[in-house]
Amino acid sequence: MGDWTGYLLLILDGAWVTVRLTVMGCALALVVAFIAGLGRIAPWAPVRWLATAYIEIFRGTSIFVQLFWIYFVLPLTGVALTPMQAGVLALGLNVGAYGAEVVRGAILAVPRDQYEATVALNLTGWQRLRHVILPQALPLMLPTFGNNAIELLKATAVVSLISLSDMTFQAQIVRSQTGNTILPFVTILVIYFALSLLIAAIMGRIERRVTRGLDGVR
Amino acid sequence: MDWDWQFAREITPILLQGLKVTLIATILGAAVAAVLGLVFALLRRSSNRVVARTAGFLVQFIRGTPLLVQLYFIFYVLPDIGIRLPALAAGVIGMGLHYATYAAEVYRGGIEAVARGQWEAARATNLTMRQTWTHVILPQALPPMIPALANYLLAMFKETPLLSAITVLEMMNQAKSVANSTYRYVEPMTLVGVFFLIISLISVAGLRWLERRYGRRT
Repeated sequence: MGDWTGYLLLILDGAWVTVRLTVMGCALALVVAFIAGLGRIAPWAPVRWLATAYIEIFRGTSIFVQLFWIYFVLPLTGVALTPMQAGVLALGLNVGAYGAEVVRGAILAVPRDQYEATVALNLTGWQRLRHVILPQALPLMLPTFGNNAIELLKATAVVSLISLSDMTFQAQIVRSQTGNTILPFVTILVIYFALSLLIAAIMGRIERRVTRGLDGVR
Repeated sequence: MDWDWQFAREITPILLQGLKVTLIATILGAAVAAVLGLVFALLRRSSNRVVARTAGFLVQFIRGTPLLVQLYFIFYVLPDIGIRLPALAAGVIGMGLHYATYAAEVYRGGIEAVARGQWEAARATNLTMRQTWTHVILPQALPPMIPALANYLLAMFKETPLLSAITVLEMMNQAKSVANSTYRYVEPMTLVGVFFLIISLISVAGLRWLERRYGRRT
C-alpha cells in the first residue's frame, strides 16, 4: 500500500492522455459537426446525401465498433494509424455526427425573415452565415454541445480497449499489479466526474459570453 | 483490402448468436433502467432534502462518469466485497444503472410537464393521492415520455459492445474472437457494424412513428 503514490502517478499519467484525447476529439468533432451540419442543409443534393449518410452511419453504430473498425480494418487499406490517432478520429467522427444534427437544428431555428433580410441586403452566402445566421444560432447550439463534450469525455474510456494508455487502461494496470480493485476504480471515477464538472463549468462560461447582449431578444 | 463473401457467410451464424445475447442484455438492461429510473425520479422529488440531494448527486455522478468504468467497478469490485455476479448480470446491472439516470430525467420532465391546474383540479374534486396519479397525472405524463425513453433504449442497444470488456459473449466479443483466431478483421468488424446499422435504422423508423403517435402536441 506504501507504493500507492507511484500508482497514483500512473493514473495521473493516464488522466493526461484522457484530457488530450478529449480536447483533440472535441476540436475534430466541432469542425466535423459544422461541415456535416451545413452539408445537410446545403443547396446541392449530392452534398446533402453525403452528409446524411455520414450522420446516419456514425449515429447508427456505436463508438466501440467504429473505433475497432478504424484501428483494425483501416490499416488493411494502407492507412496505418497510431492508437492515439485512431482514438481521436473515432471520437471526433462519432460525436461530430451528433453535433451535426445540433448545428442543423440550430440554424433551421433562426427565423426565416432573417434569411430574407440577408437576401434583401444582398449579402453573400458567407456574409449571411458569418454575420447574421451563426451569431443567432450559436447560443442555441451551446447547451447541447456541452452535453456532447461530456459524452465525448465518457467515450474516451473505450480507447483503453485498443491498448491506448488512458486513465481506464492505467487503472486496469494498477488493478492487475496490486490486486486492489476499489482504490484504482474509485480514483478514476472521481477524476472523470471532476473532469465532467470542469467541462460543464467551461461551457457555462462560454455560454454566458456568447449570449451577452442577447438579453431581452429571447 | 479484399472482402471474402464465403468467410462472411461462414461467420454470420456465430455473430447472430452474439446478437441474441446483445438483444437479451438490452431488454434486461432496459427493464432495470425503467424501474431504477422511477426510483431515482421519486427520490429526487422526496420532501426529505437530504434524500433528494443525495439522489441528485448520485444521478449526476453516474451521468458524469463512463459506463465502461462503471462496468469494471461492478465486475471487479463487487466480488471483493462478497457479491459474485455472472458477467451478463453485472453488465445488465451496470447498463441499467447508467441509463436509469437518463430515464429519471425523462420521468421528471414528463411529470413536471403536466399542468399545475390538473393537480389543483384533482384536489378540488376530492380525489385521493392514488386516484390523482393513476387517473389524472400518469395518463397525461406517460405518452409524451415514450419517444424519449425509446431513444435511450436505442442508445443503450448501441452501448452493448462495451459488455465484451467484461467477458460477456455478445456480438462484438464473438466478432473479436473470430478475428483473433482467423486473423481476418475486415469481415467480422464490418458485419458487426452493418448489423448494428440495420437494427438502428429500423429502430429509428419505429421511433419516428412513436413520436408521431405519442409526441407532445404543440
